[in-house]
Amino acid sequence: MKLLRDFLDSQEKHFVKGGRFEKLYPFYEANDTLLFTPGDVTKGKTHVRDSLDLKRLMITVVIALLPALLMAFYNTGYQANHAIMNNQATPLDTWQTQVYMMIFGNDFSDNVLQSVFHGALYFLPIFIMTFVIGGHVEVASAIIRGHEINEGFLVSGFLFPLTLPPTIPLWQVALGITFGVILAKEVFGGTGMNILNVALTGRAFLFFAYPAQISGDSVWIAANMTDGATGATWLSQAAAGGSEALQGVSWFDAFLGFVPGSMGETSAAAALIGALILTLTGIGSWRTMLGVALGTAGTVLLFNFVGSDTNAFFNVPFYWHFVLGGWAFGMAFMATDPVTSAFTEQGKWIYGAGIGIMVALVRVVNPAYPEGMMLAILFMNMFAPFIDHFFVQANIKRRQVGYGRIAASEA
Amino acid sequence: MEHYLSLLVKSIFVENMALAFFLGMCSFLAVSKKVDTAMGLGAAVVFVLTITCPLNNILYTYLLKEGALSWLGADFASSDLSFLTFLTLIGTIAASVQVVEMALDKYAPALYSSLGIFLPLIAVNCAILGASLFMVERDYNFAESIAYGFGSGIGWLLAIVALAAIREKMRYSDVPPPLRGLGITFIVTGLMAIGFMAFAGIQL
Repeated sequence: MKLLRDFLDSQEKHFVKGGRFEKLYPFYEANDTLLFTPGDVTKGKTHVRDSLDLKRLMITVVIALLPALLMAFYNTGYQANHAIMNNQATPLDTWQTQVYMMIFGNDFSDNVLQSVFHGALYFLPIFIMTFVIGGHVEVASAIIRGHEINEGFLVSGFLFPLTLPPTIPLWQVALGITFGVILAKEVFGGTGMNILNVALTGRAFLFFAYPAQISGDSVWIAANMTDGATGATWLSQAAAGGSEALQGVSWFDAFLGFVPGSMGETSAAAALIGALILTLTGIGSWRTMLGVALGTAGTVLLFNFVGSDTNAFFNVPFYWHFVLGGWAFGMAFMATDPVTSAFTEQGKWIYGAGIGIMVALVRVVNPAYPEGMMLAILFMNMFAPFIDHFFVQANIKRRQVGYGRIAASEA
Repeated sequence: MEHYLSLLVKSIFVENMALAFFLGMCSFLAVSKKVDTAMGLGAAVVFVLTITCPLNNILYTYLLKEGALSWLGADFASSDLSFLTFLTLIGTIAASVQVVEMALDKYAPALYSSLGIFLPLIAVNCAILGASLFMVERDYNFAESIAYGFGSGIGWLLAIVALAAIREKMRYSDVPPPLRGLGITFIVTGLMAIGFMAFAGIQL
């Protein structure tokens, strides 16, 4: 350890002001604080209230994401192998299939080892692509803007690939994360200053720019479905057929996540573990999560009650909405993003409920999109500052009345 | 009743004046620095839209449209004054804006001075003329035009206060110097429009 510290200290002179690599200081700083606790102390009138800094906070989110990450490996391969094993699909004509067949031959069993291996072949390239491209964009903008490279990207980089389908072309992954990092974050000044969720903005860009590769029925399983077999997500099956379409399948499968879908979002169980970790550590707000759940449940119950002759999705009960699509993943990791959600505690209820209502609305009423979580969260991100504004102003008024500065009748 | 409700919802969210049609951009971008001012301008726009849309509807139906003058007698049954449409619509709008301006000057002088030039400029706000023209194009009747005018106004108000709140929050952001001011506002507007795409495709 001493050796490492000495090495870093000896190199520091090149990176501080006046040194040879002055411009690359963010790079040095990132490596230094990754390895050691920064020695900076607070000066002036502010006081440290918590030992939790940005780095620990972001790492906690990453830990909370691990179950979903593992499910991404397992389920991506499981879906492909399961379909191929049951003669519902043939392997894709890709290098991933070639690598897989070099090791396992023609054996597409859906056991854990082979599923994880097959899943990794699809998930890892997307994951690596996100980090290589997104990371470079982040480092480049840190050097240009002269701010620190921080862990904000780490979380966005974990979230982004988890929301993508396994068959997405890699160049789209690069384009999406670049759009997200630059236009949703760096133009606002970097981590903590953005308005919209970075990973979701990148995904929304891909969703509207290249809908063929990120929506529909054939992108969710990394295999060619044969005639008669469907690769549609259960959500779009429910959108087409209502609760009858969900008669033959088990709620528990959807809860555990063994369904087709974006790689990391299928498992409500994994998202729930993550939500628990975030709540216990106080990083994710339980108010937001509960708000989302209540908003969705309330709106869906209303739809159930109203009913519809033409739209079968009206009669799908809310406990199905909780496990289908990206609802649980979005609620646990995207809605609770402390930067883009509402800051005030009362505001979080409204913000969460808004997301819940919007999700149900987009899913059920809007025939253009079967899934609404991404757009609902982006929509409420936009209104979060407005919600905060109300509660902050109300608080200012209340305190002014308390100090007798203005009369209660004016408040 | 359900028909008017769905028209209202449609004009607020699905066909949002600012974020789906990008109408009324000049004041949308210029008067969105503070939530309170934005709210004031938004309210003025709601008021003007709710008045001008039905007013223009009456004028169009009973004066301008082909055969609109038939209530005067058989001689006028074939009259067609629709070449005067733009002139009449904008005249109504200018008159209503004048009324709003005078009312604000008298009853809310603080808001009046903070809105500045943008209050009289509502008269040439494309969202207002746009709503009247959409009304003409889509053959709305009188009641529909009230719902549509009011809804369009509320949608515009919603968009501008959301943008204003975002811009107030962005005081704590570190926007690159060349993008400060209008540049970043354009980007935010674009990102907001992505959010509003959630409604695109809803059939009401």
